[in-house]
Amino acid sequence: MFKSLLTGKNLFLFLYLLFALLPIYWMINMSLKTNNEILSSFSLWPEDITFENYYKIFTDPTWYSGYINSIIYVAINTVITLTVALPAAYAFSRYRFIGDKHIFFWLLTNRMTPPAVFLLPYFQLYTTLGLMDTHLAVALAHLVFNIPLAVWILEGFMSGVPREIDETAYVDGYSFPKFFLTIFLPLIKAGVGVAAFFCFMFSWVELLLARTLTSVDAKPIAATMTRTVSASGMDWATLAAAGVLTIVPGAIVIWFVRNYIAKGFAMGRV
Amino acid sequence: MNPTDKPSNQKAWLLILPVLICVAFSAILPLMTVINYSVQDIISPTRRVFVGTEWFAMVMRDSELHEALGRQIFFSLSVLAVQIPLGVALALCMPASGWKASATLVLVALSLLIPWNVVGTIWQIFGRTDIGLLGHTLQQMGVDYSYTGNPSHAWITVLVMDVWHWTPLVALLAYAGLRSIPDAYYQAARIDGASKFAVFRYIQLPKMRGVLMIAVLLRFMDSFMIYTEPFVLTGGGPGNSTTFLSQYLTQKAVGQFDLGPAAAFSLIYFLIILLFCFVLYNWMQNVGKSQQQG
Repeated sequence: MFKSLLTGKNLFLFLYLLFALLPIYWMINMSLKTNNEILSSFSLWPEDITFENYYKIFTDPTWYSGYINSIIYVAINTVITLTVALPAAYAFSRYRFIGDKHIFFWLLTNRMTPPAVFLLPYFQLYTTLGLMDTHLAVALAHLVFNIPLAVWILEGFMSGVPREIDETAYVDGYSFPKFFLTIFLPLIKAGVGVAAFFCFMFSWVELLLARTLTSVDAKPIAATMTRTVSASGMDWATLAAAGVLTIVPGAIVIWFVRNYIAKGFAMGRV
Repeated sequence: MNPTDKPSNQKAWLLILPVLICVAFSAILPLMTVINYSVQDIISPTRRVFVGTEWFAMVMRDSELHEALGRQIFFSLSVLAVQIPLGVALALCMPASGWKASATLVLVALSLLIPWNVVGTIWQIFGRTDIGLLGHTLQQMGVDYSYTGNPSHAWITVLVMDVWHWTPLVALLAYAGLRSIPDAYYQAARIDGASKFAVFRYIQLPKMRGVLMIAVLLRFMDSFMIYTEPFVLTGGGPGNSTTFLSQYLTQKAVGQFDLGPAAAFSLIYFLIILLFCFVLYNWMQNVGKSQQQG
């Protein structure tokens, strides 16, 4: 009986993975065809494999600069988020202070505000500040949903560290910054990894704000992809290749943090 | 967080100050701008008239908004009804350890890491009857499938796309909850001769309650804000069948540049989400508390 259940489980998992991977496969399939082949016939795999579409993206600066721009603002965002979220998470996990619970909830509500609500004021704010079309503008805008999430995840990890460690360190004469950087941070590195992963993910996939706040110099790859629509019709092959390449950074990141991801949620606050 | 045994220290405020400054810059200032616009009629950049709550009244009476809100709520509930059970089932079927677990985790999580407009693009191609696998297969099966022409096909395609895109999040959460159950529970159940269903109902499900609450909350909120994917896939059509709240708001704000009403709409939108958020958050906290006591 156990055995039959096991195969039932595997069958379900297999079916889901099929469902999950087919659309991605289809894009990879298209990215290896020429436009002519895509539009002329329906085929399950490329009959005449071509890497021309990828070659085009890697050699055309208007294309590959999109990836560079995205990576730059995602990196700036992740660094700022972690820098400010670490001390805050420490405060929430270690101390009681006036308004702590209210502030925590208020932070969460920012995670749950639709970006569309902020679209208009961001546009005006960054225009006034002269930050439009810079990487910094997008990085700052994405703080609104990444900081609450990072504080949430880090607080969970920090609460898992016994307070005796802090106290022993102070008795041994460590200053707060020294203790935090040399003792505490190594203890929660898994948490930092998970938080960084989620910051990366949500900033990488967001488009609405990123597109609105940039035009040329900081244009993200996701917005660049709209170029494939032209008067002569869609350039499906290049579009598919560009799409496949947007998955790659995320896949690399997830491979590095795969062992921590599940833990990150389990140790969360609620 | 266990608040009872923590020392009270007001200096902790200094530690959260950087967060407050950043969020103030990226949330409070913009919000003040929205409030400011929502009570004015902006005729030109230099000429504006105070109109009080007129825009709010207008937006509240907007029948298109009511329709978008209705569609939104129906969509979000459908998303929850499909994704939560599917995600839990998936988590139960995922291997617990070894290279298989790693591989499954990465493959399952892949769809989360795809930029949202690329998600739309993938499905746009995938659903085409001439060059897409899904569309072509459905057509071969005799279904007159068209996500651009048939409103209910469009709606279902958006839902399936969202299931494809976000079920992994629920699965990851549920999986995390399952992995944190100590083995002793399963051993006790085996000794008692509990059935598979009993193990699920009385051990796994209660233990997953915490993470499932997060899953419900995150999925509800994120589906309530869905914008990019349907925008790319269907552009809100055909007709208005897949125009959800964010899309409608963006049409107003950016398309027509009607600042006053758009700002009032933004605030109402924000308040609706805040209300749901507040209720869910408190519910979560209470469930957590009664679970600790019981």
